[in-house]
Amino acid sequence: MTELVVGTKKGLFLLDGAQGLGFEIKARAFAGQPVDFATREPRSGRLFATVTSPFYGPKIFYTDGDPGSDWEQADGVALPEGGDQALERIWVIACGEAAGTMYAGGDPGVLFESHDGGRSWEINAGLWQQPSRSQWQPGGGGLCLHSICTWPGDPDKLAVAVSAAGMWLTEDGGRTWRRGNAGLNPGYLPEEVLKDENAGRCVHHIERAPRQPERLFMQFHGGVYRSNDAGESWTDIGGGGLPSDFGFPLMVDPADPDSAYVIPLVADMDRVTPDGRVRVYETRDGGESWTARGAGLPAEHAYLTVLRQAFSRAGEGEHLELYFGATSGEVFGSGDAGGTWSTVATRLPPVFSVVAV
Amino acid sequence: MSVLCVRGPLRKLVGGRGEHELEGATVVELLRALEHGHPDVIGWILDERGLIRRHLNVFVNGERAGEATAVRSRDRVEVVAAITGG
Repeated sequence: MTELVVGTKKGLFLLDGAQGLGFEIKARAFAGQPVDFATREPRSGRLFATVTSPFYGPKIFYTDGDPGSDWEQADGVALPEGGDQALERIWVIACGEAAGTMYAGGDPGVLFESHDGGRSWEINAGLWQQPSRSQWQPGGGGLCLHSICTWPGDPDKLAVAVSAAGMWLTEDGGRTWRRGNAGLNPGYLPEEVLKDENAGRCVHHIERAPRQPERLFMQFHGGVYRSNDAGESWTDIGGGGLPSDFGFPLMVDPADPDSAYVIPLVADMDRVTPDGRVRVYETRDGGESWTARGAGLPAEHAYLTVLRQAFSRAGEGEHLELYFGATSGEVFGSGDAGGTWSTVATRLPPVFSVVAV
Repeated sequence: MSVLCVRGPLRKLVGGRGEHELEGATVVELLRALEHGHPDVIGWILDERGLIRRHLNVFVNGERAGEATAVRSRDRVEVVAAITGG
């Protein structure tokens, strides 16, 4: 059985099921409220939801009990008081390598860390106090820290991505950070500003290959990239068969460092699936070539938008399961590493995030 | 003492009571006094900058008010969520 933790514009949905047998909604929480991201921490089984109430601001909630009712607010999810900024949104929560450690990324380009399993959080001062911060530029979704990649077995190494402040790397547990944007080509910027390292590097999503942690994949605002040196530098790998250079989510097969999956959209000015067809593109050669995987997905008059947190996986290798949700309220799944797909849910509110457990 | 009135989910965070008698010379001082007595409400009405959240409205005796609006004894201060959505 697989559990899907689905954050939507109108609440959190928990689905249970299996490929071939179907999925059922087993719980809904935060009815009517935007759940930007939700996940279940695999070690503790604790469920987390980041909720941005339009009235009361962004919060992280967690529960060890009934997801229909027993939620507690996590402490410390706020910027330092007395500044000139307020926390706008929490975009992602990630499990750290050390026991009890978790990370949360948010807008404005902020990283929180927890060392008690997500009950309380504190701001990562090293990133918050970056001298260049005042020059960081937000993307269309805000100055969002949306991707957090841990390093299997080494809690000191992290890679995070901020739209549009680019890649940031640490090897000392977050005390110091440095950029990792070499090779990225923001074609949307005038050539003369490219040498300005503070000019917007609009990273949309990054994933690390767990079996070869030096390798990362990135969906950029324009292009898909691969890094073989832990995010120091990047190579454009989008030329081998992708229908566009634009999109948001990206996923990898943990068993195969050469694998990646993206869901291209037409362009930044037309953020829907190309040609009215929903297709996931797979590479098994590190991005040298890409193959469309669309069997079972809508193939006609389907203009879907899939957001950056709305793509997830469970298992690996031949048993890799892939799931993604769209702002149309549909969720799709594959139980054979993208070979065939089925519709897992329909008529949900716009899907913001999907996590498969 | 002024009376600060909250409703909706805020009530649950302040001991389940909708009305609170508090000391303060301005709206923000009253809200800080509420937070002092009920820490669970910190961050729900005022953000980190000390500003009333954008989609909350505060009225003093029925008149729209801001953080610095003066409050006198026996004034009635209401915190009301805006009519918004989508």
